[in-house]
Amino acid sequence: MNGEIPALLPALPEIILAIGAMILLMLGVFRGNGSFTQVTNLSVLLLVICAAVMISEVGGERQVTFNNMFVTDAFAVFAKVLVYMGSAIALLISGKFLAEHKIDKFEYPILVLFATLGMLIMVSANNLMSLYVGLELQSLSLYVLAAMNRDRLRSTEAGLKYFVLGALSSGMLLYGISLIYGFSGTTEFDVLATSLQGEGTPEIGIVIGLVFLLAGLAFKVSAVPFHMWTPDVYEGSPTPVTAFFAAAPKVAAMALLVRAMINGFPALIEEWQQVIIFVSIASMLVGAFVALVQTNIKRLMAYSSIGHVGYALVGLATGTQAGIEALLIYLAIYLTMTLGAFAAILSMRRSDGMVETVDDLAGLSETNLPMAVAIAIFMFSLAGIPLLAGFFGKWFIFLAAVEAGLVPLAIIGFLASVVACFYYLRIIKVMFFDEPSGAFDGEHGRSVSLVVGTAAVLNSPVSFLLISSLAGAAAWAANSLLFQ
Amino acid sequence: MELTLTDIIFYLFAATTLASGMLVISARNPVHSVLWLILAFFSAAGLFVLMGAEFLAMLLVVVYVGAVAVLFLFVVMMLDINFTELRQGMMQHMPLGVLIGLILLVELATLAFAWNFGDDVAKNAASPTPVDATVTNTEALGALLYTDYIFIFQTAGLILLVAMIGAIVLTHRDRTGVRRQNIGAQVRRKPDDAFDLVDVETGQGVTLPPKKG
Repeated sequence: MNGEIPALLPALPEIILAIGAMILLMLGVFRGNGSFTQVTNLSVLLLVICAAVMISEVGGERQVTFNNMFVTDAFAVFAKVLVYMGSAIALLISGKFLAEHKIDKFEYPILVLFATLGMLIMVSANNLMSLYVGLELQSLSLYVLAAMNRDRLRSTEAGLKYFVLGALSSGMLLYGISLIYGFSGTTEFDVLATSLQGEGTPEIGIVIGLVFLLAGLAFKVSAVPFHMWTPDVYEGSPTPVTAFFAAAPKVAAMALLVRAMINGFPALIEEWQQVIIFVSIASMLVGAFVALVQTNIKRLMAYSSIGHVGYALVGLATGTQAGIEALLIYLAIYLTMTLGAFAAILSMRRSDGMVETVDDLAGLSETNLPMAVAIAIFMFSLAGIPLLAGFFGKWFIFLAAVEAGLVPLAIIGFLASVVACFYYLRIIKVMFFDEPSGAFDGEHGRSVSLVVGTAAVLNSPVSFLLISSLAGAAAWAANSLLFQ
Repeated sequence: MELTLTDIIFYLFAATTLASGMLVISARNPVHSVLWLILAFFSAAGLFVLMGAEFLAMLLVVVYVGAVAVLFLFVVMMLDINFTELRQGMMQHMPLGVLIGLILLVELATLAFAWNFGDDVAKNAASPTPVDATVTNTEALGALLYTDYIFIFQTAGLILLVAMIGAIVLTHRDRTGVRRQNIGAQVRRKPDDAFDLVDVETGQGVTLPPKKG
């Protein structure tokens, strides 16, 4: 207990984001729903400013503040850059779609900003309590976003389903936290790590608490067996919201999981490693096999994201610095692939509205060759075909797994990605070799084309030039997590 | 063992809490259930006072009795739910319920016997209760909440803000064609705008002047 004001500088970007979001909220309230475009553009600007402030003012040095609740280091900076990118791009590509479906309310960008703030707090959490409040801030905003299209049954169903299951997972998380607190007397990661260090066999209460904590977090990253909500929520939510769901929150929840395990429970690695390995294998297999029978492209992307979470978790399962590095590289590449793919889905539009089945893509190569090529690049990259960015992600992950002695895990991952290739290639086959089923409207907005184009270039063999600098940044970030 | 006054009061409150808790689920009339619930809250608040946690006791009365229970009462009285119908399946599901109850009991028992604090629990305890008798626990809580836990406190505030925005986004509808009272226009209206005095000649009748706005 002291009366001093805590150091605010480490949390400066978050403070700017919180105040900026509230100012924009006021702007929207007083100018009405006509201000959607203005508020959206200003929100993107705000995100860019916060990212710039973070890089220039906060930097990669490890700093803690607010009574050790909040930590910032190179790992946080890396993950936060991805979060800012994911949120800003999701905002950029949403305008046209929302206006067309008459849900272009100014609250949309505001909720995205608050969700982003929650993610930043998650990434910087150094205490089980700040972990929980960050997670809730993010989740609550996401529930509302999922139900944004409130006049459509599927959207409200998605929102309600997400809310009920999310509340359940929060309950499990809190129960786990309470057990951990009861058996260790602390919720702070650093203190937890040191007090768990000495003991021979860990207290059973701590282990049970840890499993509950992992279950709650696995729900948030939509890993099997807590993935049931993902396909329905992805399918029911408005497409720009789905694009947002698939990108930034995944990165944030994954970063949170990594920090909690590596910084908070390094002594219990044997316990959590088993859980992560199981969850990872199950996610890779479900992501590969269940996606085979999907016809709706948003559902297919949902299963694809479940699979990708499985691959990324392989990196955590190793528990080594190389594994974390591979996980960060994987997340960065996944972000570009998934945002590009969703921007492409947003352009699937005929005169009578949006279409979202795989068959609607038939013969796209004849009606719109650049788009077909871009989608083909994303699919090849998601499948992990060599020469494309997605391949490097999987390569680093499997390399780290083999180095850490988890050869069976790497083999299962490889086999699952071979199965997954089938449905990615099916989309390419439908686009290039099937009879055209009618052209799409070209009118999907400049920002969507820009995002599709940039993401396609980043995922194409151009990625050869960028991968070494990305790997360097990831190594810098992974190095800052304290390894015992 | 000698019973002190505090012990007697404790057993009184504890027995009232348990008994009213039982009556909450066994009362036939849902309104009675809610009233028993309020009694349970009150006696739990009494238990808190006995433990020296007067802030929690007040909170329990203000928040749970004052807001939550009254809300329950409103819902029960206004929605007119047919509770006898809801109860119908109860005997069917009884074995399952009893089984779950037993499992929970066994779990609690194992936990109670296997409870083993780690070595550092006492050392780690984040904020021990102040021994100093001059600090009331409301003061102690406030001093902690606004200093060490300011970050969480502020973030919780943001969560509530998001909940508010969410409720408005999902339920507010701009209705068009609604005629709202415009007090400014009403006050600005003068007698001349509303009526004219017309002298009517006997046997002539009146031609109505054009309507004024």
